[in-house]
Amino acid sequence: MNRPSFPIIRHIGLNGLLVTFADTLTEPSNRAALAFREAVEHASLAGVEETSTSLASAFVRFDPLRLPHVRLEDALQALLDERDWYDAPLPGGRRLWQVPTVYGTDLAPQLAEAAEVAGVSPEQAIAELSSTRVRVLTIGFAPGQPYIGPLGETWNIPRQSGLTPRVPEGALVVAIRQFVLFTAPAPTGWRHVGQTAFRCYRPGAEQPFALTPGDEMLFVPVSSAELERIQNRNTSGDGGALIEEIPS
Amino acid sequence: MTGFLVHKIGPACTIQDQGRPGYLDKGLSRSGAADPLALAEGASLLKQAPALAALEMAGLGGVFEAESDIRIALTGTQMQVDLDGAILAWNASHQIKTGQRLTIGPARNGVYGYLHVGGGFDTPFTLGSRSFHLATRIGAPVESGDRLPVGPDKTSITGVCLDVSDRFSGGMVRVLRGLQTPLFPQPVQERFESTVFLRGQRANRMGVEMTSSGDGFVANGQLNILSEVIIPGDIQMTGDGKPYVLLPECQTTGGYPRIGTVLPCDMALIAQAPAGAEIRFRFVDMDEAIAAQKAFAATCAALSGNVRPLFRDVADISDLLTYQLVSGAISATGDMEDWG
Repeated sequence: MNRPSFPIIRHIGLNGLLVTFADTLTEPSNRAALAFREAVEHASLAGVEETSTSLASAFVRFDPLRLPHVRLEDALQALLDERDWYDAPLPGGRRLWQVPTVYGTDLAPQLAEAAEVAGVSPEQAIAELSSTRVRVLTIGFAPGQPYIGPLGETWNIPRQSGLTPRVPEGALVVAIRQFVLFTAPAPTGWRHVGQTAFRCYRPGAEQPFALTPGDEMLFVPVSSAELERIQNRNTSGDGGALIEEIPS
Repeated sequence: MTGFLVHKIGPACTIQDQGRPGYLDKGLSRSGAADPLALAEGASLLKQAPALAALEMAGLGGVFEAESDIRIALTGTQMQVDLDGAILAWNASHQIKTGQRLTIGPARNGVYGYLHVGGGFDTPFTLGSRSFHLATRIGAPVESGDRLPVGPDKTSITGVCLDVSDRFSGGMVRVLRGLQTPLFPQPVQERFESTVFLRGQRANRMGVEMTSSGDGFVANGQLNILSEVIIPGDIQMTGDGKPYVLLPECQTTGGYPRIGTVLPCDMALIAQAPAGAEIRFRFVDMDEAIAAQKAFAATCAALSGNVRPLFRDVADISDLLTYQLVSGAISATGDMEDWG
């Protein structure tokens, strides 16, 4: 099969077009997707109903009975041709979140297994995972739930072929050079390496979605006892995180 | 109090409307009725807007006491139903008086039945919709003891019925190829199209399992695909190559590959197929898909014109007594596979 050249416009179902900037996760392709989606929103095309982003793509949901595929594809291609989207700036107003995290123990029982798949010792795994400043690449799968990365090449590990029946809210899981920080208890094919008290989705709160694509995160190691203290005294959902603005 | 008091209720009954579009970027799928055609049919029977909320009942209904005079309509899969012991027609509208008890039992053929009320159910409005959504913890499945309030009813017509399309026993659904279809080798795509699937036991408002004998349907690089946008109708292969068709409460991104996407107009057939029903998939091109969707839109638009007066028919009534318990448990809150 020939690899497509990027950016590329492709179909998802009857009423979706996806503009993809790479088939692997790269920093510029994630930036391009975020910037291009903003541009589609600003273009206000009649018949476009909704837009969003994934790791390296911008998604456009539209009504093909009002706006034929070819017309929307032409409009998107014209927007693509306007500039080098891989060179676009990140959104403003980003924040750095430093989130206390227990690595391994019975709270995050797959750290040793993930380290073995990655070919490092558990101690080395903790050192690498906790010192890599990573970016919220997209929000998806579940309300407010971030995909975070990229991690170093060591962490380009596959998902499990089976499923872990359930990881709790605040679980930090790893696969394919990314973390996911779970919004709610769920089964998963990713390996559970850390546990936080962070809540990505806060129903009823004024800001129900804590994170925004472009935000940066550090998962700082703490003991189980410290996490328990944080859980007992913190009700905001921040899980003891230190939050600071990133100057643009 | 205007509305119903719930005395008994099945395990997966939730308030649904046309859903909550506009939050894909926050990770919220649209949700809304699993069978949107049933919503449109209920609106036609009650001569009101299809945006009003109804009670969606998966597999089993409940016992509802009217605390005011209420117009109702019943659509979706046929369910055993009586009003104070008198059998009611399905796909029809009826007047209920204060104090009367409506008893809705098990589904006869499909999965999702709908109880509509004149004025719509007036439950809390969250982010532009009344639809229950498990993952966002918006709303909750209806429980016994709940009161279901009804909004102001501007019309009075009842005693009408509608002939509906049979979408309650599986069949052929049309599928569009998408960006990940080429990841599946051509022989796998051909085998997928020639396989007769059975709807599996695992099903809820996120998705429906399809089972078959023989090998799974595995894509190249199955476990290492970049997570990408997913939409209702996508046919996603889990790690062992088993297809799941995603429904309105599916997640918004996922990493397992999609062999294609079921047309929106064929989604009611997927949602309503009971466990064990035969399902086949046929790839179509975009022109055929657009034509099919246009025809479906025309069908929906014509519903109001096809409403006719309801006459009792003894043959229908005897048929209504031959009920079949739905097989394959459905749970509003049960676990589903993770497809991330």
